[in-house]
Amino acid sequence: MGIIEAKKLVFEYIRRDEEGNVEGFTRAVDEVDLDVKQGDFMAILGHNGSGKSTLAKHMNAILYPTEGTIWVEGKDTTNEEYLWDIRQNAGMVFQNPDNQIIGQVVEEDVGFGPENMGVPTKEIWERVEESLKAVGMYKYRKHSPNKLSGGQKQRVSIAGVIAMHPKCIILDEPTAMLDPNGRKEVIRAVRALNQAEGITVILITHYMEEIIHADRAIVMDKGHIAMQGTPKEIFSQVEKLKELRLDVPQVTLLAYELKKSGINLPDGILTCEELMKELKL
Amino acid sequence: MLRDITLGQYYHADSAIHRLDPRVKLVTTLLFIVSLFIINNFIGYIVAGLFLIFLIKLSKVPFRFIVRGMKAIVFLLVLAVVFNLFLTPGETVFSFWKLTITKEGIRLAAFMAIRLIFLIIGSSLMTLTTTPNQLTDGMEKLLSPLNKLHVPVHEISMMMAIALRFIPILLEETDKIMKAQIARGADFESGNLIKKAKSLVPLLVPLFLSAFRRANDLAMAMEARCYRGGENRTKMKPLLYHKQDAIAYGIAWLYVVFCVYFGRIFTL
Repeated sequence: MGIIEAKKLVFEYIRRDEEGNVEGFTRAVDEVDLDVKQGDFMAILGHNGSGKSTLAKHMNAILYPTEGTIWVEGKDTTNEEYLWDIRQNAGMVFQNPDNQIIGQVVEEDVGFGPENMGVPTKEIWERVEESLKAVGMYKYRKHSPNKLSGGQKQRVSIAGVIAMHPKCIILDEPTAMLDPNGRKEVIRAVRALNQAEGITVILITHYMEEIIHADRAIVMDKGHIAMQGTPKEIFSQVEKLKELRLDVPQVTLLAYELKKSGINLPDGILTCEELMKELKL
Repeated sequence: MLRDITLGQYYHADSAIHRLDPRVKLVTTLLFIVSLFIINNFIGYIVAGLFLIFLIKLSKVPFRFIVRGMKAIVFLLVLAVVFNLFLTPGETVFSFWKLTITKEGIRLAAFMAIRLIFLIIGSSLMTLTTTPNQLTDGMEKLLSPLNKLHVPVHEISMMMAIALRFIPILLEETDKIMKAQIARGADFESGNLIKKAKSLVPLLVPLFLSAFRRANDLAMAMEARCYRGGENRTKMKPLLYHKQDAIAYGIAWLYVVFCVYFGRIFTL
């Protein structure tokens, strides 16, 4: 059994009209099966309203399934006994960096998680130091979060999660509010954590470039899993991605168009280097 | 620009006062304020004044920063002095038209002025030398006995800390909304006070909406990081008393003794 596993997971929102009467139900997540292995880098893609964020919130026991079950480390999330275990082991980073930083100083914010877990003071300091170093924010430890850039704030948020020593971190569109430089910074930090520390990463995004390095990717649409596979396998189906209203990285699109007009190229080219090699430039 | 607003009025310096435990500063400030109301002669106020000068010198905070806090109370000060001066019955010193100034009035007015000025200087000295964070920590620790009476002390101090953290963010947001509305022809500048106040209403609605959204997000982020109230929580920066704090407590109580002696018992 993987670190996160879901079987026929269903989540329904109740739609209400202005008077608060129940209008109907919306299935945000519909019969999703999932199996994430320890050490994986998995990406979840989908356009707005595809249910990807709702799915993520199940992994941290913020939302509970309407039907089906989700296990984190083999523990059923609906079992209250394991609630804090699950939240510690599956750390979550959210979209808006301003709304998830609690401390007024960077180091205090990173210490917030361990404080809640009841870690002894001396160990909190060790954890804070090691987590800030892991995301490259150690020299900013005495700064006020208000003075940092978006990418830096998001790295602080990631450090705050790592300080809890989770086995897995779930990032819910961590780069949606950042500029291109900030996006690169954050993705680089996440990849480093995955490779150097072996932390399982689940990255939810709608930027295609960010999933190139993932081991596995899932494309969601209307609450279902629409596609599944390695990034290469997914990007080789350009037509289907377009149908799901998702962008394809420009290089992949170029290769696809070249192939359509008769140049002999393999499917699923992801980087410029790859394309150049194939074209023998 | 709004980002640079410093919260409260903390003045950063490395002094003996800055290094003290916030609890010591809170308690000493409280003792000082109480002492101002115990004293009822001028010698007592000289003692209090000397104590204050000693603390200011020790804190390395420039005097103009301390006086800055006085501006806010000038009106109150004048009002208190005028009322005490004219409305105290007693031995008439001076009178014109319907107003009389009495000997007791002068004495009371002077006391009131000294009390108010010392009170403001004393309490701003505390806020100038203590970060808002330390203050909330200190209050949490000092009020923790109230936990037994089911007062949610930890929650209150957490709320204060979060409020402090979000003030600059909300200020920035206000600025943004204001600019967006000015760009669409809103007018926040002209008109009288009532008109100006009315023009702020369309500003408040989006501001409140976004504050609620932020609160919702923050609550989720805190829960995701295992926040579950004050129970079993450890502290990254726990408040611990050191030798200097014991000395400071000693000095504070010594001051109280002096005050009571010179301010009430001692007579020339």
